[in-house]
Amino acid sequence: MLHRLTISELTARIMRGDCSAREATQACLDQIKRVDEGVKAFLSYDATDALNQADAADRLLASGVSSQEKPLLGVPVALKDVIAHKGQPLNCASKILGNFISPYDATVVNRLKDAGAVVFGRLNMDEFAMGSSTENSAFFTTLNPWDPTRISGGSSGGCAAAVAAHEAFATVGSDTGGSIRQPAALCGCVGVKPTYGRVSRYGLTAFASSLDQIGPFTKDVSDAALMTRVLSGYDPRDSTSMNEPVPNYQAGFNHDLRGLRIGLPREYMIGGLDPQVDAAVRKAVAQIQSLGAEIVEVSLPHTEYAAATYYIIAPAEASANLARFDGIRYGARVEGADPFELNSRTRGQGFGDEVKRRIILGTYVLSSGYYDAYYIRAQKVRTLIRNDFLKAYETVDAILTPTTPTPAFKVGAKSDDPLQMYLCDVFTISCNLAGICGLSLPCGFTGTPKLPIGLQILGKPFGELTLFRIAQAYEQSTPWHRELSPVA
Amino acid sequence: MSDFNIRYISRLARVALTPDEELRLGEQLGPILGYIEKLKEVDVSGVEPTAHAFPLVNVVREDTVTESLSNEEALRNAPARSGGLFVVPKIVE
Repeated sequence: MLHRLTISELTARIMRGDCSAREATQACLDQIKRVDEGVKAFLSYDATDALNQADAADRLLASGVSSQEKPLLGVPVALKDVIAHKGQPLNCASKILGNFISPYDATVVNRLKDAGAVVFGRLNMDEFAMGSSTENSAFFTTLNPWDPTRISGGSSGGCAAAVAAHEAFATVGSDTGGSIRQPAALCGCVGVKPTYGRVSRYGLTAFASSLDQIGPFTKDVSDAALMTRVLSGYDPRDSTSMNEPVPNYQAGFNHDLRGLRIGLPREYMIGGLDPQVDAAVRKAVAQIQSLGAEIVEVSLPHTEYAAATYYIIAPAEASANLARFDGIRYGARVEGADPFELNSRTRGQGFGDEVKRRIILGTYVLSSGYYDAYYIRAQKVRTLIRNDFLKAYETVDAILTPTTPTPAFKVGAKSDDPLQMYLCDVFTISCNLAGICGLSLPCGFTGTPKLPIGLQILGKPFGELTLFRIAQAYEQSTPWHRELSPVA
Repeated sequence: MSDFNIRYISRLARVALTPDEELRLGEQLGPILGYIEKLKEVDVSGVEPTAHAFPLVNVVREDTVTESLSNEEALRNAPARSGGLFVVPKIVE
């Protein structure tokens, strides 16, 4: 039963001496053994290393260190396979990295360890974080813990599924266009995409550097607030990380939302929205209103251009970032007569279809003669999208939307149609383009089959405090976060 | 996009495609290229491009020797190495 606890419940037990860090870690490892054959969240995990870290946490506890000093002391946290963990494999769910072993820790891993966490496991994802279902993993597809015939979302599907299956107390993923919020919504957990620059990207394999941000998956909002605080902060090793103070997000919790104005963008309640998603989100809006918030309609007029803008900018940046996978410095190699042939063969055989599609698309929009027509134009539309949000935030404190247009779809339903797959992210993409923060939390379930539905809350740049306040007040007034997936 | 030549672009991208892949990926990219054409509807006159959500400044550190990866660690993941160096095919005759 230990594995079903939230971080705050587990920490309270550990501090009371009711259980050890080793028992908490063993509970996760046992749960993985019991259910992961059906969920397939983990690509690999190092049980010995995890238990050694847990023993070290228990020694700290015995020496009098408390969760006041180390807020995640003894808490097992697992990582998406895109974040470097020294001495552990890193594949980005791709074949091209071969037997790569990380030579250093990402800044977020250092932060987790400093906070006392037991950092373990490599979680499945779409290859190089490109996808919305984990079907683009070179290894296997992660299945939804609520219904194993359905996808877990993506690209951080392993992160969301592991939390929903209670295989880890929290997980850490990355979000470039919705890769944290979308799978969190589809698996019924809380997922946070912090403001661009809030969390260091040092040690995160770059996909689209101006959009990528690391964030947590948790079982409830309080845990998400804690994890975000631990992960956040300035890092001189990431020149895009911002030197802004990191508040104690949990200290902002307040069940009374009076005084807050929250916007509903008229462009997001679109046709094509699943009727059960639409109903759940409308009910959630009414609930947030009943907690005291004032709900007003806002307009984000360039919403319909966000997906097209994203599918120019993200592939363009990816085509440059993924140039480093050249078959020379690390990873797998396919030999060739000269460096050009070696590079091209290695990349042709090492990358999967979606990654190749995006590299080619990105190369095309950056190529001579097309750069201004596509890339520069997309950057200009990005300005308009960002301005839409900044204008809305002159009158509202946050914005509510559905996280996804539909609940989790069947495995294979969209894998042959890349454009339809891209449009799964229609509600989450703008947040990355604008550089603001966003969060998804459960707001209900469909009938039969019973599948989670996510509510997205979008905040101002560095407006996480308000985001968590709204999310926590809503969560505590509804039963959704207490629902367990069938494999829990 | 009649002028999209997948063979030319994949060569620029240094991604060797089989004839099957050229056909399949080319067909799949068609609707995507059509979709991004949508941006041509937007009036962007007088709009500055956004490369990053926040202004970027250069970050420099003191020019002092600090800890870094050892030669052994840096080469550890290399597919081919010799004498403390990466091995590549001959570049000049």
